[in-house]
Amino acid sequence: MYLVGNGAGFSGDRVDAPIPVVRTLIRRGLPAALFLETLGERTVALAQLERRRDPELGYEPMLERLLAPILADCFHHGIPILGNFGAANPPAAARCIAQLARRLGLPELKIATVTGDDVADSIDLGTLPVHEADEALRADAAKLVAANAYIGAAPLVEALKQGAHVVVAGRTSDPALAIAPLVAHYGWAMDDWEKLAVGAACGHLLECGSQVSGGVFWDPGFKDIPDPANIGFPIAEVGPDGSLVITKAEDTGGLVDLRTVKEQLLYELHDPAEYITPDVVLDITGCRIEQVGKDRVAVHGLAGRPAPAMLKVTACFEGSWLGEGEVSVAGPNTLARAKATADVLLRRLEMRGLKVRPRIDLIGLASVHDSDGGALWHAHQGAEPPELRIRLAVEGENRDDCDQAAREVLALLCCGPAGTGGARWRVTPRILTRSYLVPREMVPTTVTLLSAREMN
Amino acid sequence: MPEVPLHAIAHSRAGDKGNRVNMSLMPYDPAHYAVIGEQVTEARVLALFAHRGATRCRRYDLPNLGAFNFVVDDALEGGVNGSLNLDGHGKTSSFRLLSLTVTIP
Repeated sequence: MYLVGNGAGFSGDRVDAPIPVVRTLIRRGLPAALFLETLGERTVALAQLERRRDPELGYEPMLERLLAPILADCFHHGIPILGNFGAANPPAAARCIAQLARRLGLPELKIATVTGDDVADSIDLGTLPVHEADEALRADAAKLVAANAYIGAAPLVEALKQGAHVVVAGRTSDPALAIAPLVAHYGWAMDDWEKLAVGAACGHLLECGSQVSGGVFWDPGFKDIPDPANIGFPIAEVGPDGSLVITKAEDTGGLVDLRTVKEQLLYELHDPAEYITPDVVLDITGCRIEQVGKDRVAVHGLAGRPAPAMLKVTACFEGSWLGEGEVSVAGPNTLARAKATADVLLRRLEMRGLKVRPRIDLIGLASVHDSDGGALWHAHQGAEPPELRIRLAVEGENRDDCDQAAREVLALLCCGPAGTGGARWRVTPRILTRSYLVPREMVPTTVTLLSAREMN
Repeated sequence: MPEVPLHAIAHSRAGDKGNRVNMSLMPYDPAHYAVIGEQVTEARVLALFAHRGATRCRRYDLPNLGAFNFVVDDALEGGVNGSLNLDGHGKTSSFRLLSLTVTIP
């Protein structure tokens, strides 16, 4: 039996999550690996912008905080750590880990850096077929921020076989972080599609951390979980024959049951017959799940088909600007004051000739489910809400226009309706993404292994 | 024949890819699988997102898992790329689906 634990499901996850996972892996005494998934689709673009500011940045900002409490335990118990926390700068992330290791008295910790996913300079995107794109988006080469291929498990397997204690990658497919230790441990062939399908399902179920063990699941009174402030992150038990059981860290909150596993199995999945990863195409149409103990769910019936010939490349471009402003109203006549404020804001943007596309939310009445035109809150009839927050959001090519639009919300503090307060406003740059397909041979990868002692 | 919101009999999670949202839908009681299969049609789910310009809804049935997967195209007014919505990923969409009502025989 081999154990795969997950200690982070996105950049921004609970930083203390890996601690009970590692404690459980050690207590169980089986061969094991831990992976951290911290790289969202556009996280890499934000990281690339950081790197432009400072060449030693551009990796996961919480990296040291995540690893400091667990690095020594993982090293001493032979639990390799894999992560895409290298983001836009895996070599700098490796240097950060080396420094941490030396400080913890682990100079022999071996760190593998996997590079090659960054194709911004090596591949002319204009020559590639477009995979996913909103055709209205302009893909201006001059505004390219990042272009990264989703690489598969192979270089991570190589790193583990070379004896890496920590594998630092940038853009990998999320499931590859779980497939790699399984392939390295069991020696599965990279064309054993049935086994790789199990690895891909394991990765898919674990890649969002607590989402399979109670996170974004709990719904008080309907789907209660123990101790949502302390949800245990997941651990998979994978057998040599491809058996798969999902469980979680011991002595934690959360739960693993048929409901949590179903929700995560279908998360961000479109055609259930075709979940495409760089290593295998997973088919869950024959999948069955079974509760085999407390917080233990077995996953059966996974099928795999050959890996695609092409890899996905996600390119990120500098986009337009987003301006946002919010104010609150509360008490008697709230709805009338909020609606009138919305009208006034739109009128102000028009009067000032600001070239922006606006949207208004009445938070508390209708916002996240509403359309840009506010169809739901315009149609609202019923009880007077006790308070509302009015949000203006605008998008435009010109930063100053977006800033001025957002400041119109601020101006309501004096010019708005009676009892207006709590203004906030900000302007942020937008990142546009576009996906392409690239033949996998155009994305060579490199694995560099050094001990912490050797790195400076 | 009581009419209830889906939230009373089922659970759901939403995820996105670009301007497309997917929502799983699972009844708590296997006896309600057929009720959902009959009443929660692609057309009804598409209509839930019509005000946001959704163009197409596809339902995948997974009887082995006791689950459905709804994939709605152009439901996010641009998705994280272009949306002005606070929830550009459409993660809250699952609870719009759960507000749809069904009649329990």
